[in-house]
Amino acid sequence: MVRRIAVILTAASLAAAAACHKKAPPVARPAPPPPTSTTAPTQPPAPPEPMREPVVPAEPVRDDSIASASLDDLNRNSPLKPVFYELDSSEVNPAGQKVLDENATLLKRYPAWAITIEGHCDERGTAEYNLALGERRAVAARAYLVAQGISADRLRIVSYGKEFPFDPGHDESAFAKNRRAHFVITAK
Amino acid sequence: MKNSILAGAIASAMLTTGWLRAQQPPPTSPQPPPTTQQPSEIGAAITVDGGGPPRLAVPDFVALSPDAETVAIAKILGQVLWDDLNFEHEFAFIPRDVYASIPKATSLSDVPFDRWRELNADGLVIGTVQKVDAGVKVEVRLFEVRTRRSVFGKEYTGAASANPRRYAHMVSDDLHLTQRALHGVAQTRITFASDRDGERMKNTVQKRDVKEIYIADYDGERQTRVTVNGTLNVFPRWSPDGRSIAYTSYGKGTPQILISNIFQATREEVTKGSDENWLAAWSPDGTKLCIASPREGRGYTNLYVINRDGSGLRKLTNHPSINTSPTWSPSGAQIAFSSDRTGSPQVYVVGADGVGQAQRITASESYADKPTWSPAPYNEIAYTARTGPGNDIKVIDMATREVRQLTFGEGSNESPAFAPNGRHIAFTSTRAGKKQIFTIARTGKDLKQLTRSGNNEHPDWSAK
Repeated sequence: MVRRIAVILTAASLAAAAACHKKAPPVARPAPPPPTSTTAPTQPPAPPEPMREPVVPAEPVRDDSIASASLDDLNRNSPLKPVFYELDSSEVNPAGQKVLDENATLLKRYPAWAITIEGHCDERGTAEYNLALGERRAVAARAYLVAQGISADRLRIVSYGKEFPFDPGHDESAFAKNRRAHFVITAK
Repeated sequence: MKNSILAGAIASAMLTTGWLRAQQPPPTSPQPPPTTQQPSEIGAAITVDGGGPPRLAVPDFVALSPDAETVAIAKILGQVLWDDLNFEHEFAFIPRDVYASIPKATSLSDVPFDRWRELNADGLVIGTVQKVDAGVKVEVRLFEVRTRRSVFGKEYTGAASANPRRYAHMVSDDLHLTQRALHGVAQTRITFASDRDGERMKNTVQKRDVKEIYIADYDGERQTRVTVNGTLNVFPRWSPDGRSIAYTSYGKGTPQILISNIFQATREEVTKGSDENWLAAWSPDGTKLCIASPREGRGYTNLYVINRDGSGLRKLTNHPSINTSPTWSPSGAQIAFSSDRTGSPQVYVVGADGVGQAQRITASESYADKPTWSPAPYNEIAYTARTGPGNDIKVIDMATREVRQLTFGEGSNESPAFAPNGRHIAFTSTRAGKKQIFTIARTGKDLKQLTRSGNNEHPDWSAK
C-alpha cells in the first residue's frame, strides 16, 4: 500500500525531482506502518517504473524533534506520559493502560531508549510504607510494558515514596497527580 | 574511663571498615570531654517534706570570674538546667520570680538556707562557674534545705570553647540519676532529614529538593548538618553508641544504606549495587542492621538482616507482600515491622532469627506503619495510624494491647521515635505548616517544636 503510493508520488514528481534528488534532506526512519487490514490487494501492484531510480519524496522534510532532542529536553517535555493510580493502589486502570500503550509504542519506535520508571505516592500514606507502595506502582507499570513486548532490560525501577511530590498542594487534585509512575529517559 | 571507651570505639571503627572520605563534611566538633569529680557525698538523695516530688529552686549560677564570657555561661547554665530538669517532671519547681527577694549567693558557702526554707524548697541547686587554666570549671551542689546538707556535689571541667549548654545537660542527667534513679535524656540528640538548604537535585529536569541528614540536641538546639551528598538522604538512624548514623541515600540513583561516622567524617556503604534498600534499623548491639528491600521483584518488599560491614545478608521475612519499617525490640530478640499481607499495612512482630510466624499487633487500625519499640521500663510500640485525612501517633502496650492516642488530627503526624528512656517520642507533624520535628511525652503532654526551617522529617532519637 505504502509502496504503491510512493510509486505514484515518484512517478508524479519525476521531472521535478530528478535534478535534485541527490540533495534530498535526510529523514528519520519512518514509523513502521500499522498492521494492515485483512483485505489484501486484489490486483498485483503496478510494475515499478523501469526508467529511473526512484527518488525520495520531498515530504516529510521536518526533523524528528524527538530523535534529535537532548535527554534533558526530552525529559523536560517528555513524550512518555505518567501513569496515575488510585489511593493505596498500584493497579493500572484503563486510563493508565492507554498511557502505557502509547509509551510502549514510543519505546518500540526508539529501541535505543532506556528508561527509569519512578514510583511516587501522595502524602497521605506514611513515608516508610510509601517507599514500598511506590515500588509496587513502578513494578506494575514495568510489567505492563514488558507484556507489550518491551525488554525488561530497558526498564529500570526506583521508588521515591512521597519524597518528590509533583504537585506540592494538599488537596485531592494534587494527591491525584502525585500518585504516579513517572518515566525518565536515561539513554537514547 | 569514658575517654578510653571513646578512643577504643574510634580505633575499632577505623580498623574494621573500608571507610570513605569522599563528600563528607568536616567532623562534627567532638564532644567536649569535661572531666568530673565528686567532692562530697555520693548516692545521697534528697528527702521530701510530705508527699509529691521534691520542690527545687534553681537560681542562676554564680559567676566566680568577672569576665563577660563567664557571666554569660553562668546565665545559660541556670536556664538550660531548669529546662532539662523540667523536661522529665521528676521535680516540682519554685518559680524563679519568687527568688528575686533572696540575696544571691556569691559562693557555695554563703547560701541563705533560712530564706529558701521559707519558700518551702526541699532542695536548692546552686552552681558556680569559674575560669581556670584548663578552660571552665563548673561546680554544682544540691542542698537539702531542711538539713543544709549537700546531697550532690560535682565538678565539671572542660575547654572554654566547649558548648556551655552541655554542662547543664550533664548536671541534669547526673541529678536525675542520683536523685530519681532516672536515665535523663539531656545529653541525647535527634537526627532527621531536612531540605532547609534549598539545594536542588542535579541530574533531573524536575524541581526536586535535596534532603540532607541533620542532628540536633534533644531540645532542638545546635542543629547541624552531617551529610553533603547533594541528593535524597532520608530515614537516619543512630547507632546504639551514638557515634554513627545509618540512612537511606539515593546518591547513586538507587537507594542504598550508608553509615556516616559523624565524629570522624567517614562514610561506609552497607549496601550497593542495583537493588534498592531502605530503612535501616540497628540491632541493639550495633553489629547488624535490619533493612527493607524489594530486591526479589514483583513488587514484594521483604526484610533482611545484614552485618554492619555489608556482609552476611539473610532474608528475615518471606512473604509475597510488603514487609517494611523494621525496628528491633530493646533485647534484640524480636523485630517489629509493618506488612500489608492482609490488605492495608499493620504492625507485626517476628523473632529476630526469622523463625516462626509473624504475630499481628495492631487489631483495630485501618492503616498502621512505622512501629518504634520503647526502651525499658516500658514495653510499648508507638506507630503511625491513619485516622482521617491524615495520620496520628498512637502507642500500644504490648502486655495489655491497650492503645492510646497521642496526637489528634492537628496536621498529619507520623514517624514516631522513642527517647532512650521511653518517656518521650519525637515525630514529624504538619501542624505548623511544613513538616517539622516535634517531641511529646509518652503521656501526650509537653508538645514541643524542635525545627522551623524548611521541611524536617524522619526523626530518630539517640540512645546516648
